[in-house]
Amino acid sequence: MGIIRASKLGFDYIKYHDDSEDPEKINAIKGVDFDVEKGQFIAVLGHNGSGKSTLAKHINALLVPTRGTMYVDGVNTSEEEELWKVRQKAGMVFQNPDNQIIGTVVEEDVGFGPENLGVETEDIWHRVDDALAKVGMLGFRDRSPNRLSGGQKQRVAIASVVAMHPECIVLDEPTAMLDPNGRREVLECVRELNQKEGITVILITHYMEEVVFADNVIVMDRGQIVMRGTPRAIFSRVDELKHYGLAVPQVTELACELKQSGVDLPDGILTIDELVEALC
Amino acid sequence: MGEVTLGQYYPTNSILHKLDPRVKFVGTLTYIISLFLIRGVAGWIFVTAVLAGLMFLSRVPFPYLIKSMRPILFILVITVIFNLLLTPGTIVWKFWIFQITKEGIRVAIQMALRLSYLVMGSSLMTLTTTPNALTDAMERLFAFLKVVKVPVHEISMMMSIALRFIPILMEEADKIKKAQMARGADFESGSFIRRMKAMIPLLVPLFVSAFRRANDLAMAMEARCYHGGDNRTQMKPLRYKGRDYVAYLLMAVMLTASILFRIFGKSAI
Repeated sequence: MGIIRASKLGFDYIKYHDDSEDPEKINAIKGVDFDVEKGQFIAVLGHNGSGKSTLAKHINALLVPTRGTMYVDGVNTSEEEELWKVRQKAGMVFQNPDNQIIGTVVEEDVGFGPENLGVETEDIWHRVDDALAKVGMLGFRDRSPNRLSGGQKQRVAIASVVAMHPECIVLDEPTAMLDPNGRREVLECVRELNQKEGITVILITHYMEEVVFADNVIVMDRGQIVMRGTPRAIFSRVDELKHYGLAVPQVTELACELKQSGVDLPDGILTIDELVEALC
Repeated sequence: MGEVTLGQYYPTNSILHKLDPRVKFVGTLTYIISLFLIRGVAGWIFVTAVLAGLMFLSRVPFPYLIKSMRPILFILVITVIFNLLLTPGTIVWKFWIFQITKEGIRVAIQMALRLSYLVMGSSLMTLTTTPNALTDAMERLFAFLKVVKVPVHEISMMMSIALRFIPILMEEADKIKKAQMARGADFESGSFIRRMKAMIPLLVPLFVSAFRRANDLAMAMEARCYHGGDNRTQMKPLRYKGRDYVAYLLMAVMLTASILFRIFGKSAI
């Protein structure tokens, strides 16, 4: 059984209009099924309004399903008594690095989660040291978060989640507000956590370049899962991706165009090196 | 915009900085009570010595302490003038409807000293304690109010979050101001009312963004299992050390001395 299991998941919300029209019921996600194995790296793609953030919030029990069920490590997220258990097991990193750091000093922010879990003082310090080391931010422990770069802030946010010893980390567009360097920093950090620590990662994004290393990719559109498979398989379906409003990486697009004009190339080229290899 | 100084914390490694914030908080209260208890020249000499000693121990440069007086300068002057002119007694000097009495001079001097000592003493606390440590101290000291259902933990959490977001919001205000200026907004010229009105295009986006941030932060806190102060442990719990007990002892001595000055001090001043 997978660590995260959603079956026939659906979520509705009511939208109220400013000009007193009748409130409208919107299905943010409908009939979503998916199963994530422990230790996997899953990427969820989709353009704005595809329901990918709503899905992410279900894993952390910030939202509970209107229909269907969501299990995290065997715990049903709809059961209110299990709420804190679910949130400890599935940590969440959000988009805006400024709005998720609570402490005025880096180490205090990392300690916030364990404090809430009621971990003993001495153990909190161990966890904080450990988590900061894992994201490479140990040297910044007594700095003010306001003084860090975007990528560093986001790594602190990841450390804050790691300190709670989660089974899985959900990252909801963690790089959307970062510059290319910060983006690389954060992604490397996430990959390392996945590979070295075996933490299950669910990365929500709309940058195609970020999903190249994922084990599996899920593409969402209008609240439904429309494509799933390995990055290679997904990226070979360039036209379909474009239909869902997603831009494929430049190399993949070039390879696809070349192939259409008659060059003999394999499907789903992901990196520049691969294309060079295939062409020469 | 660089780092914004909050409160007026001045970092040095003095013994006053190392004291437990609770001690400093209680100490400041004791000091203020003593200020209002003492009577007589000897009493004033005693308080002056205490204040000077603490200033020396804090290793905060003297100009910093004097600077803290600036905001109350106006109140200080008004108080002195009113006490000087409106206290009845033996008249020393008279002009038209104004008169200065012997008693008036005494009261004026006493009030001026009291006010300035009060401000200097309490800014000594804020200069040597980080705002966060103070928040922690207050949470612990007022913990007894939980019995009457005062949300002590929540209030202190709110205070520390506010402290974290002040620099962020200031930076944001600066950004919005520049953006509006680029669109032709004029914040500087015109009458007072016009300038106030010109603030609206700055304040509206600032408030909207503050609410959005608050919403995001609340979600991030919930995602990290925050559920109020119950069953919560602390990473940096406040623990008294030897020097803190010594400080409490000294406070008791100071208070006793002030009470003695009250009883035996000449009511001359």
